[in-house]
Amino acid sequence: MHLDILDQYRGGASPVHRLDPRVKLVCTVAFILVAALMPDGAWGGLAALAALWLAAALFSEVPLALLLRRGLVALPFALAALTVLFTVPGEPLVALSLGRLQIAVTDAGAVRFATILLKSWLSVLMAVLLAATTTFPDIVRAMHSLRVPGVLVAIIAFAFRYLFVLGDEALRLLRAREARMAAAPAGGRSGGSIAWRAQVVGQMAGSLFVRSIARSERVYHAMASRGYRGELRWLDPPRAQRWDWAVAGAFLGLLLLIGIVARVV
Amino acid sequence: MWLSNALSAPLLSGEALHIPDGFLSVPVALAAWLLTIGFIVAALRVTRGSLGERQVPLMGVLAAFIFAAQAFNFPVAGGTSGHMLGGALAAILLGPWPALLVMTAVIALQGLLFQDGGLLAMGANIFLMGILTVWVGYFAYQALVRVNRTLAAFVAGWLSVMAAAVLTAFLLALSGTAALGVVLPAMAGVHALIGIGEGLITAAAVALVARALPGLFAEHAAGEKIAAGTWVSAGLVASIVVGVLAVFFASGSPDGLERVAEDKGFLEAAQEPLFNIIPDYVFPGIGNEALAGVVAMVLGTLLLFAVGYAIARALAQRQARKAAGPQ
Repeated sequence: MHLDILDQYRGGASPVHRLDPRVKLVCTVAFILVAALMPDGAWGGLAALAALWLAAALFSEVPLALLLRRGLVALPFALAALTVLFTVPGEPLVALSLGRLQIAVTDAGAVRFATILLKSWLSVLMAVLLAATTTFPDIVRAMHSLRVPGVLVAIIAFAFRYLFVLGDEALRLLRAREARMAAAPAGGRSGGSIAWRAQVVGQMAGSLFVRSIARSERVYHAMASRGYRGELRWLDPPRAQRWDWAVAGAFLGLLLLIGIVARVV
Repeated sequence: MWLSNALSAPLLSGEALHIPDGFLSVPVALAAWLLTIGFIVAALRVTRGSLGERQVPLMGVLAAFIFAAQAFNFPVAGGTSGHMLGGALAAILLGPWPALLVMTAVIALQGLLFQDGGLLAMGANIFLMGILTVWVGYFAYQALVRVNRTLAAFVAGWLSVMAAAVLTAFLLALSGTAALGVVLPAMAGVHALIGIGEGLITAAAVALVARALPGLFAEHAAGEKIAAGTWVSAGLVASIVVGVLAVFFASGSPDGLERVAEDKGFLEAAQEPLFNIIPDYVFPGIGNEALAGVVAMVLGTLLLFAVGYAIARALAQRQARKAAGPQ
């Protein structure tokens, strides 16, 4: 097994795939910002954002089921927001009594909870769409030409490049651990205390660190021998075509409209 | 596999600290971004000076290392498994500024590639897991390393996770997406356990690296000749600053401290029990719980430092006696 199965990118030649990565990055961030600015209970605005996402998703030709399933990744975090059901002042809808404690779900609390969940879901879906239609090197280049500090961009690009190499190395260490250790049949108790298991993991992390340092030295020397002088050189950024500008303008314009209408109404 | 962790048991693994978009209000998210950008720019300057051309390959490969090391999980109980965040480990092995950049790259990758943590919320996520964990872990380790390296690494790992969990609860409460009185004890309680795993892993990793690459630690020691006492006081000051900031933040929220001040006055609020896990919740805001939380946090920090210091003194005296005794 190789770790590259984790990459979310789905190849394709759809209009969304061919769009300038800078346009996609800016539009995604703008979409998330507008979603975050939605007031509680702005159902119309949230529905409009959902429609906008759906249109982009359909154009991308990535299977909808795949995007929607990945979109659930942030759902468990909703637990943290559950408390607003009870704490936002409003008319009580359902009263619960737990022993001596009286707590009530308020209408305003329910509205805020639903709004938070929808905002979060839409934002994640948009980020999923970006990752599914843009290769990571393209995202990194977009960051570079959007003036994110060059060294930071280069570090992120390197981290991506070696993520899969070191990930495979980590998987080999895990496989070696499993090969060394006998495990009880399913449900049975495996050996060692939790502290001991954590110690084993710590030693694996330590030896991976030692190997990583050695690898980074080799990488540096290989780069230096090929003329590296501390600056990564980037090919000319892709020029945005008229089509890219048009899409960016239309998308951002719609977002602005949705944001304003949701605030006013 | 960390992905399946995220789906199966978010609160029992470190994933509870990756805040998705939608859970932070725009002012909180943007303020966190500003703070984070400031730290990143400083870190880029400092590491460029000390590492030069090696900066990019070293930081990049080590960011991949932290990412891969997070895949090492170990069974805890009931089908859940623990793994580490790595902020404290990076700070101990690399020093705080390079560790900050490494963790920034890790969190950027997680957000952009796996939607593990939001994009607008990324500033807060970097601050929590890449800046706070690194500095807390670094200060704790420096304060205790003269006593015992393993103990220092354990405390660094545990404290870094706790600090991130507590601040996460505050940011959520400040954004109006969670009630502090519930989320703070919940986050602090769960992460007090998760932190033990982080501490054990960090300690074992540091012990192994110290044997394999002793030169790495010698470099650090030579480069940073600052007395342990300075680090202790710096850590104390930092945690109290965080506490005071939290009070200011809380008073900025409309239904926060102002309301308590109007209704009861601060003194009365302070006399209330520190931790009501579910107090009379239908109407009040987060006000009195916020104050109680801050007081509890500052008291807890002081207590923890006192305990750590006492242990450190006792161990140091024992070592001194051993050294003075017959060979």
